[in-house]
Amino acid sequence: MYRYDEFDFQFVRERAEQFRGQVARRLAGELTEEEFKPLRLMNGLYLQLHSYMLRIAIPYGTLSARQLRKLGDIARRYDRGYGHFTTRQNLQLHWSQLPDVPDILLELADVEMNCIQTSGNNVRNISADPFAGAAAGELEDPRVLCEILRQWSTLHPEFSFLPRKFKICVIGTEEDRAALLIHDIAIKIIRNEKGETGYRVYVGGGLGRTPYLAEEIGAFIDKHDILSFLEATMRVYNEAGRRDNIHKARVKILVHQIGIPEMRRRVEEEFSEIRKQGTLEVPVHEMVRIAAYFAPPAFEKLADECPSYEQHLRENHDFAQWAKTNVHPHKMPGYAIVTISLKPIGKTPGDCSSEQMEGLADAMDALGQQEVRVTHEQNLVLPHMRKADLYALWQKLVPLELATPNCGLVTDIIACPGLDYCDLANARSIPIAQAIAKRFSDLDRQHDLGELKIKISGCINACGHHHVGHIGILGVDRKGVENYQILLGGSGAEDATLGEILGPGFDQQGIVDAVENVIGTYTTLRQNGERFLDTYRRVGPHPFKERLYAR
Amino acid sequence: MPQVLTANRLKAGEVAYWNRSAGWVDTLAEAEIMAPADAEAALTAAAEWVRKGEVVAPYLFDVRTDNGVIVPVKVREAIRAAGPSVRTDVGKQARNVSL
Amino acid sequence: MLVKNGKIVEDAFTAVADGDPLPDGAVLVSLKRFQAESPALLARGAPLGVRLESADTPEILGEDLRSLALVVLHVNHFRDGRAFSWARLLRTRLGYRGEVRISGHVLLDQIAFYARVGADAFELPLNQPAEAVRAAFTEISNVYQPSVDGRPTIRDLRAARFPKTTLAPS
Repeated sequence: MYRYDEFDFQFVRERAEQFRGQVARRLAGELTEEEFKPLRLMNGLYLQLHSYMLRIAIPYGTLSARQLRKLGDIARRYDRGYGHFTTRQNLQLHWSQLPDVPDILLELADVEMNCIQTSGNNVRNISADPFAGAAAGELEDPRVLCEILRQWSTLHPEFSFLPRKFKICVIGTEEDRAALLIHDIAIKIIRNEKGETGYRVYVGGGLGRTPYLAEEIGAFIDKHDILSFLEATMRVYNEAGRRDNIHKARVKILVHQIGIPEMRRRVEEEFSEIRKQGTLEVPVHEMVRIAAYFAPPAFEKLADECPSYEQHLRENHDFAQWAKTNVHPHKMPGYAIVTISLKPIGKTPGDCSSEQMEGLADAMDALGQQEVRVTHEQNLVLPHMRKADLYALWQKLVPLELATPNCGLVTDIIACPGLDYCDLANARSIPIAQAIAKRFSDLDRQHDLGELKIKISGCINACGHHHVGHIGILGVDRKGVENYQILLGGSGAEDATLGEILGPGFDQQGIVDAVENVIGTYTTLRQNGERFLDTYRRVGPHPFKERLYAR
Repeated sequence: MPQVLTANRLKAGEVAYWNRSAGWVDTLAEAEIMAPADAEAALTAAAEWVRKGEVVAPYLFDVRTDNGVIVPVKVREAIRAAGPSVRTDVGKQARNVSL
Repeated sequence: MLVKNGKIVEDAFTAVADGDPLPDGAVLVSLKRFQAESPALLARGAPLGVRLESADTPEILGEDLRSLALVVLHVNHFRDGRAFSWARLLRTRLGYRGEVRISGHVLLDQIAFYARVGADAFELPLNQPAEAVRAAFTEISNVYQPSVDGRPTIRDLRAARFPKTTLAPS
């Protein structure tokens, strides 16, 4: 993975000290809250319901064991002993105190981490496929570009006060495990007819109150041109994006106001100007230099069949159940990708205690694992496990409560922090996730239902990605009471679609029954192993609506 | 409807409530219940506490009293007063005080 | 308080309201007045500055830009970041060599960014200590991305430090 050199270290430490100065000016009354707010947000610090919340960047979702251990340590010493992994592959600490934050930033810098641009109207943490470097069929590891983009966008002088936040995502496979098209800019590594790899660029995705999937703006951008192309796109947005209404300020609104052809024309014009200057070209040797950091580990030459693994599968039912959903094919024979569920039944989706972080870091060290990934589905991934080590890993995960066998199933629910923590929320998300998980806790029933993605947001801002859930749930405030709307048919995968609201909302009890009702409709209508989403796409909303709202 | 003035403490970020005799207090139980006109005046006066860097983001919310206990009308304020409903081991609710 | 090229200086320009008589010497006028009176203003033979608002692209000045000694980019609210792109546009495609001054609601914490995109002067709210102004330009030593200031980037510094190295250390 990428390692800081002296320049990166100096940069993040100076940034932490700069924030120390800003905090001091705030506490001395030299900065008003209005002036301080964007400065703290650019360092990931929010004021939430109960306290300050610090959002720590996990660039492209990759962490080392050392970093994970440090996060556990920081959560224990400065916070309440746990953190929350988010749909943007970040970690949030919910109980920060303002005077501590500069110290936390310096401690993070020691392990090559920071909170730069995890909030604010700038380029946010760049997300990527959590299976990067491990997935079969990947053209290139997307994190190479992510790291180049991270450096380019860090304290970008022109784009630090954009109309609104700006999210970028990169993937290198046909399969989409990163919810690519809901980003402001989405980049897919592709190969052209000449066999060269380059980038297909999409613009204007985003959820919130006006959800859109990103549309193609660059069919094939040469690798050395990517910064020029992105800078062109962002300049068009910075100049023309709306600033009079925060709800209409994302680039998706600009794109849909002027249309993709006009957006493309403006970007192309700017792109050709920038290319003339040539200063943003990414030289091949820089790509090669960064790529070397992401070189895969030295894989052993293994047979794909692993007798000891097969034997454990036969002998241990619980292990076999876990492997069924949480172990995925790896590009190398004899290896596997493992998802570690942060969705124990009845607990908070995405939460991870200091003990769990440290315990997992120890397990990684013991099993020679360099990296763990954070997924937008709020789980963790060990990308390069030998099959022969899977049983040993599982045995270590069980006592840590990190072995819930539910990845991709109905209880693997995305939920934003909601009204339990968030200042923007209108309704709670976590208790709904917990109640649904409990209702469907029977593992055989979960397997019978197959892949089913439930995503819950506590407000229209859609941090819980409800628009792209097979079943989406949106919490709203109805005359002071929490109320939940249900959406069906969304997908954040390679077959991305936006779900549609089915009808009137439900109260806290009612929404769990409504989900069960909708799933019941699916089980009566499904044909030959169809997923919930496939059945919905085949039959449309009406059968679901009729049964759910029948009197 | 009676109201309570709330804000977050600038340094700790913690939820605080206004009581004219005790100043900014930590629990809703200690808060002063005000008639709307008094509440508006208290909110205006809170600007001075903001200027002095004691608290940020002051606002009013509606409450009713139930057998002498202050009960917020909205869930949001009930959660702010206690802590996350899904983690009763953290927040004000985890302290051995009456909320 | 005017900061130019990192130093606190006196303002050589007199800002003149629309409709007020012009004093001798260098003057600064609004875009509206400039558009109404440009032949007379340009014929005065004294340095001339024009003030643009956040929504005004400097392209609106057309060929007259070359005759201006000063372009003021007035920021109505510090969160409005269009002036960053306008400054950049002035220094790149429009090739403007005169003074680019940022005025209005600008934070000390933004002036290093503005300097990177080509602004060379800042009209700051009063009572900023000189030390704080200096720190604003120097508290982050290096930059990651090229911009119109031509500063060497961290990538350039790496290349200079490790001239033969193209591969990352293992």
